[in-house]
Formats: sequence, C-alpha cells, structure tokens
Amino acid sequence: MKTVITSKGNNQNASFDLRFGRAGWFCVVDDASGKPSFIENEQADATGGAGVKAAEKMVELGVQKVISGDFGPKAKELLEKFNIQMVIIQGENQSIKEIISQLIN
Amino acid sequence: MPRRKRLRKVVAPPGFKGYKPYGNSQKNKPFVELLYEEYEAIKLADYDLLNHLEASRLMGVSRPTFARIYESARRKLANALVETREIRSVFGNARLEGTWYICRECHARFTMPDLKRDQVCPLCRSLQIEIIKT
Repeated sequence: MKTVITSKGNNQNASFDLRFGRAGWFCVVDDASGKPSFIENEQADATGGAGVKAAEKMVELGVQKVISGDFGPKAKELLEKFNIQMVIIQGENQSIKEIISQLIN
Repeated sequence: MPRRKRLRKVVAPPGFKGYKPYGNSQKNKPFVELLYEEYEAIKLADYDLLNHLEASRLMGVSRPTFARIYESARRKLANALVETREIRSVFGNARLEGTWYICRECHARFTMPDLKRDQVCPLCRSLQIEIIKT
C-alpha cells in the first residue's frame, strides 16, 4: 500500500509540509518496504487549481493514504471520491523521517 | 465481549432534531430515541421504496441486520405514536458520508474510505479513535 506525505524538501530530513496542493514535494512511501521516494510537485507555485491537480496526481500514483496538514474543499471532494484516505496531522516541526517511522512501526 | 457493531452508512442525517405530539394532556413522558440509522432504514425502505437487500447494501450492512434496524425503527415510531411520546433523533452507530475521525493517541484526524474495514488510526494503529461530530 502506498502512502504520500507532503514534504518541504526532497530527502528524509526535510520537514513536513502542512499544505497539500502547494507542498514542495510528495514523499511516496511503500508500506511493505518502507522506502521513500520523492516526487516534485510542479503545481507548488500555480496560481490556481493546485489542490485538484495534486489530488489527480495521487489517483495516478495509486496512493491509498495521504498525510498532510490540511486539504482544500476541492481536493477533499476528489480524494473522497477515489477512496483515498486523508490524514491530517499538526506536525509542523516533524521531519519526514519521524513520520515514516511512526507509520511503519 | 460482544462483537462490535459495524457502523451503518447514512447518506444524509435527518433534517429534524425531533417531533413532538400536540393536543395531548400528559406532559413529561420519556422521549423515544430514533437513531440515525433507523431513520435511514425507514427512508430507504418506505420513502425510496427499495427492497431490504438493496437498502442493506446502501447502508453497508447485511440484509438481516438491515431488517433488524428497520424493525426497531418501526417499533419506536409506533411506540411514539401510540403512547404520544416525543421523538428525538440521536446519532447512534451511523457513519455519515465524509465523516472525520480523530485518534485519541496521536491526535491525527482522518477519513475512513469505504474500502478500509479496519477501524484503526492510520498513523499509529491505535484503536482509540472517535468520530468528530460536526
């Protein structure tokens, strides 16, 4: 099962990004192997529709769980429709590594 | 320990908080609690005129369970009418479309898509989760 965590940077020491559509990077974690891979978010500086594009990307990647700080109404609607689980956490100072370890244990 | 109740899917909560009889003399009778899933059962079976199998699928429970919920709903309504009691709608074991949950251990908030059957926190796998009522 694949999980996406929104990240500010492209490595495990980067901090967690509270934004979903405008997150810098998406960290894709496979639950089985626990290995993260990073995908850059091209929509990070878009003027509009970033949330929808990001949600579409999640569907494309076949992700089943998304961890972020919050989701906009349009992204929420779309993720709900495709049965993707949304998880909201407040860990602004957490690093990606910490979240992954919480997820895998 | 009894088996835990599967949450029943409710598309839309009832649009009322309750119903009160009028024109009766006696006051302060205990009210009847109509659960959200019972309201939904009545709506699906008697308003949308679905058969019990179709209705049970919509609510994500088995047909016998649906029949039990429906029967309990009918009895409560009959009880309220005959004994002139007030009806109040209560949340019950419902799961609303787009319901959010919160984990009591790690305070993560999350949704529970239909495909997921395990009622655990997606982050710390704690069983201590509850519905955020809006």
